[in-house]
Amino acid sequence: MVKHRWFNSMLLSACLVLLPGCSNTAQPSLYQRLGAEPGIATLVDGLLFEIEHDQRIVHHFADTDIGRFRAMLAEQLCDLTGGPCQYSGSTMQQSHTGFNISLADYDALVAGLINVMQRQQISIADQNALLALLAPMYKDISYR
Amino acid sequence: MKVWLYSIVLLCLPGAASAGSKIIATGGVTSIEGNAGGGIVPWAIINGYASSDEWSFTTFASRVGVNDFSLHSGGVALSLDNSWEFSYARQRFALESIGGSLSQDIFSVKYHLAGELLYTALPQISIGVQHKRNLDFDLPQAVGAQSAHGTDVYLAASKLLFNQIAGRNLLLNGTLRATKANQTGLLGFGSAGDNNYQLLFEGSAAVLLNYNLAIGVEFKQKPDKLAFAAEQHWRDIFIAWFINKNLSLTGAYVDLGHIAGQGSQTGYYLGLEATW
Repeated sequence: MVKHRWFNSMLLSACLVLLPGCSNTAQPSLYQRLGAEPGIATLVDGLLFEIEHDQRIVHHFADTDIGRFRAMLAEQLCDLTGGPCQYSGSTMQQSHTGFNISLADYDALVAGLINVMQRQQISIADQNALLALLAPMYKDISYR
Repeated sequence: MKVWLYSIVLLCLPGAASAGSKIIATGGVTSIEGNAGGGIVPWAIINGYASSDEWSFTTFASRVGVNDFSLHSGGVALSLDNSWEFSYARQRFALESIGGSLSQDIFSVKYHLAGELLYTALPQISIGVQHKRNLDFDLPQAVGAQSAHGTDVYLAASKLLFNQIAGRNLLLNGTLRATKANQTGLLGFGSAGDNNYQLLFEGSAAVLLNYNLAIGVEFKQKPDKLAFAAEQHWRDIFIAWFINKNLSLTGAYVDLGHIAGQGSQTGYYLGLEATW
């Protein structure tokens, strides 16, 4: 992410210097493409619905403060996708230690996310862009 | 044909179609040798949709039709814990223009060593063993094959890269195989002049157009141990349709080069896989 920000600021400087040749060709961020704050909120609520109805993983959330989880996940997604937020929650390692999240649990959650994105008719390219950001978290989340 | 019919009947039974937790298409299809992969290359993925602590059962039937030959393959596989894949396949290679046929049995085990196809920077890496037993050795022996049975060992690495080509996911696979097999074993193993293992490369690349549809290419390097006729590398272009987690259908255009002295062999590949 740091790299991205650095790249963006470099790009911005380049635009200021080369103003005539650089007229707003930048693509909107993934955050924008997912529908900004309301889009992310719908995504998070959809995922909560999927978790609630998935017998394979719902037990992991038995002691979770759902209100806080919802807010933190939205903030994290906003931050990750280039939105105007700074994730303030604990690290993925910290928040999943003791849960022993298995590969099957992770697969189930990803499948849930895909269901939601399909239902919300998010384009395949944007779905894949989001999955590309979330999939590598596996190493911090699983088997802890 | 029976396997296909059973598959279809089972799929029509309500509630029979349970599947594991893996994401659709990540079980790949079943190769002509009975392993999860593409059509002609075994990949590092484990067949079916069994994730950790789950099991799945897969059955497949496929047919390759080229100018002078056809190859029917069918088999079953049991996958455990997204770690082990045990499979059996029977191949029947019909010499359409020469007459007669050659068959072999293939018993395989694959073990997932490291990495997760979707989730780790390290590709998914698996090691596999295929033990092949030729059932009609007269012809292979007559053309110079040394043995009616042989064992291949391969190491495969597979990785899915998200959001690569027009926002689509890209699957890359590379496989290194140690083999003595002539025409994948259908023409026996080794020869009087060359009975050593050879290390060969096989590769695949596929783009997932969406969750259910993949298009790709494959390449399979082949040995050339028999003096009577040159053996050439195989390649194909495929499209795989993952109808749901229980059923997939694959079609391909294949180029198998020269086989047993018969000129360039090109044609089709059709494969059906059912998994629970």
